[in-house]
Amino acid sequence: MSLGLIILIGLAYIGALFAVAYYGDQQAARGRNPIDSAFIYSLSLAVYCTAWTFYGSVGRAARTGVDFLPIYLGPTLMAALWWFVLRKIIRISKTYRITSIADFIASRYGKSTLLGGLVTLVAVLGITPYIALQLKAVSFSFFLLWHFPTLETPQLNAIPLGHDTGFYVALIMAAFAILFGARNLDATEQHEGLVLAIAFESTVKLGAFLAMGLFVVFGLFHGPTDLFTQAAQHPELRALFHFNPEPHAYENWFWLILLSMFAIMLLPRQFQMAVVENVSERHVETAVWLFPLYLLLINLFVFPIALAGRLLLAPQVSPDMYVLLLPLVEGRELLALLVFVGGLSAATGMIIVETVALSIMLSNDLIFPALLRSGVLHAEQDFPAFMLRLRRAAILGLILLGYLFFRVTGEAVSLVSIGLISFAAVAQFAPALLGGLYWKRGTRRGALLGLAVGFLLWAYTLPLPLLTDAGWFWPHLTQNGPWGLHWLRPHALFGMEGYAPVTHALFWSLSINTLLYIFGSLWDTQSVLEHRQAALFVDIFHHVARGEPPQFWRRDASPLDLQTLLERFVGHERAQAFLESYAHTRGVTDWNRLEPDADMIEAVERLLAGVVGVASARVAVASIVTEEPLDIAEIIHMLDETSQVVAYSRQLEQKSRELEAATAELREANRRLQELDRLKDEFISTITHELRTPLTAIRALTEILYDNPDLSAEQRRHFLEIATKEIERLSRLINQVLDYAKLESGTLEWDLKPLDLRQVVLDALEATRHLFEEQGIQIQSELMNQPPQLVADYDRLMQVVLNLLSNAAKFARSQVVIRMQAREDALCLAIQDDGPGIDPAYHDAIFERFSQIPSSSSQRPSGTGLGLPISRAIITHLGGRIWVESAAGEGATFIFCLPLSSSSPQEGSNQ
Amino acid sequence: MNRQRLIGQRLVALAIVGVLLFNYPILALFDQDRTVLGIPMLYLYLFLAWAALIWLMAFLIERG
Repeated sequence: MSLGLIILIGLAYIGALFAVAYYGDQQAARGRNPIDSAFIYSLSLAVYCTAWTFYGSVGRAARTGVDFLPIYLGPTLMAALWWFVLRKIIRISKTYRITSIADFIASRYGKSTLLGGLVTLVAVLGITPYIALQLKAVSFSFFLLWHFPTLETPQLNAIPLGHDTGFYVALIMAAFAILFGARNLDATEQHEGLVLAIAFESTVKLGAFLAMGLFVVFGLFHGPTDLFTQAAQHPELRALFHFNPEPHAYENWFWLILLSMFAIMLLPRQFQMAVVENVSERHVETAVWLFPLYLLLINLFVFPIALAGRLLLAPQVSPDMYVLLLPLVEGRELLALLVFVGGLSAATGMIIVETVALSIMLSNDLIFPALLRSGVLHAEQDFPAFMLRLRRAAILGLILLGYLFFRVTGEAVSLVSIGLISFAAVAQFAPALLGGLYWKRGTRRGALLGLAVGFLLWAYTLPLPLLTDAGWFWPHLTQNGPWGLHWLRPHALFGMEGYAPVTHALFWSLSINTLLYIFGSLWDTQSVLEHRQAALFVDIFHHVARGEPPQFWRRDASPLDLQTLLERFVGHERAQAFLESYAHTRGVTDWNRLEPDADMIEAVERLLAGVVGVASARVAVASIVTEEPLDIAEIIHMLDETSQVVAYSRQLEQKSRELEAATAELREANRRLQELDRLKDEFISTITHELRTPLTAIRALTEILYDNPDLSAEQRRHFLEIATKEIERLSRLINQVLDYAKLESGTLEWDLKPLDLRQVVLDALEATRHLFEEQGIQIQSELMNQPPQLVADYDRLMQVVLNLLSNAAKFARSQVVIRMQAREDALCLAIQDDGPGIDPAYHDAIFERFSQIPSSSSQRPSGTGLGLPISRAIITHLGGRIWVESAAGEGATFIFCLPLSSSSPQEGSNQ
Repeated sequence: MNRQRLIGQRLVALAIVGVLLFNYPILALFDQDRTVLGIPMLYLYLFLAWAALIWLMAFLIERG
């Protein structure tokens, strides 16, 4: 293909990219945010798919079948966790103006410059080869397109610099990244134009790959069935339908999924797109499914293209170039150009975002803090301009470093392995970052230790053997181990052999990293600042509701120093605007009157953090601020205030619990009152009924006597006798009611004397003898001859015994047994009948006021229902106890026990 | 807010299902020498399971 055409198309595409980015920045400048869309957010995340996806996936699929997939399945699984994890990271980053992953980790562990620097170093060392990989892919595809039909792979690093497309692409990309990623210093590091361009690139590469896939499946074959059927006829292709038969293939697969789950969160470009450039947390909700959908679509035709390549292309062709070669071989130059542009977009997207993200880390977390500390910077220097130059130099440096790496290594290192090595490098951030999100105890030293050792293990097990195998130095390291120590071979540490290098490296580096992070943290103490930062991060969602935890140190600065510092870093206008708005939130109209305290200094530090990074901002602020931890007395004072609040809220809780208990008691009392009221109503109706019966009889008799004056004396006497009996019954009833009322109100007179219970029982038996005789009931009494003496009221006790005896007479069938028994300190009397008995359910109820056993015994109970309650009231008053033992159908035994004279009856009995 | 937490927890549950579906031994069940409509079983399974997972996530978030 003609060189001019390729260059024209390539430049036209890059021109379009500049136009899109320019349009995006213009829109943003006019106040319309062009990337405020979940769709564009999801597309911008697809910067994950690089030239490695575009060319390398097909290569991998052509060699090992479905093995290309775990790198995309992992992010899908991680996306499901974004709902919690990514949103938390975004919230934290927006709140504390964090602009890179190094900033994030440094900030979490007490704004540690050292940790931020280490993260930056790991990222730069891990990612630079990845940038080289992109340049290599561009260079490679360009030469292939140009020299076709020569299929010989060009010796890329032998091409003179001036003729290498990779070099020019590197320069153009540096220009783009500087223009749209580092044009001016912005406290939020949001680049609308850049994001829009990346979304555009994602669309182009997906479109190109899908077009290519459709062409292969439906243009070169008659649909997928035809393609797979043809492939199935070749045994070596049919083998690709199966899982990789190598040993430990499933373990390798698992670790690749895990690795890519970390990569999608931790790669600097992903952090830049997903967190720093995020416009709204709501966009994450859509991206959770839209981004995996993108991944699925771009992978859909990978395997078919790989099979088609193996079927149609010569076996010596590198499978990494199938995507480009297939349309060329078929004479579809336009499609080939589209594929080239797709690959270009995949590579440039990655390079641009990665270098912008890395340059922010380099300048904010490595170079700037070092310069600040060393005192090289002078006060009069224009900081924003200096930072920008630093940023731009970093971008250019990174891209050129990548290019240099590509030139130096050349063919020695294969495409896919470099990508995975970069993934494994950034995976070392996982324990510190993900652990720090949810575990407050994680400490700075724990994170440093884990990351440092993890990084060293990574370097020893992955990139080092790659370089020694290329024969640069230390030959035979992988075969024999260092200094002949066989068990230290980088691909088989401690004899762990047979795994893919990445699996092996990940296992050792990640597990040791995690363990050191955990153990280092558990055997460490946190500084005040670390503790506070941990709480700010882990509890980010609580602070919205409860406010931030109090400052545990005193910081002072002169207002003038603070203002000068602000102006140096953000310029005069923004400094003024910030101070005014801050004064407003503190309720002060004139910011000049603000007395800089810990809160204000923290606000200033946060603003600066957005511009120069968390660690740098801390160093810068520390230069003008005197700070000391609050002394013990002050902390105790604050704690006192807090604990008073806590105590007060506890009291409130206690009160409300008490209130609840009181309410329950009241409710219960009310229930009992209602029950009593009901019982009283019933009682009154019973009583009036009882009163009416004798009254009716008396009235009838007296009327007869009145109307019939000629009645015989005999009859007259008979009627009067009946009337007298009825009147007696009536008065007895009224006496009982009065007795009970007196007992209840405590106005009854008691005449307490020593007495003999045996005598009481004998008197009562004498009084009721005719009752028993009438009914033909036998009485068997087992009374003691010399019972101990009691102190009691004779009449009242008599009333109780009479009551029990008349009850027994009423219910017994043939026999009543009276037993007297002396216990340790009480004298008991039991009266047993052989009547129908009482159901245990009513044993308590029969002693209740006004209650009678419901007519289970079929006959209507006679009496007032007051006999037993009166008995109980008397016995209780005398300090004793009365109860019944019975089962339905087996007779009943009423027993009362009275205390012997030593234990006197209740106090105050003679009121 | 509770609803948001519920969706998040359902997504975590889906992720756990995904981990199971995309790994040994379930993956090995589909590593058969069979084709469905000419498409290899393993390849078809991976993409169908993947698509189903994405569809479920979309359904949960957009409509659930």
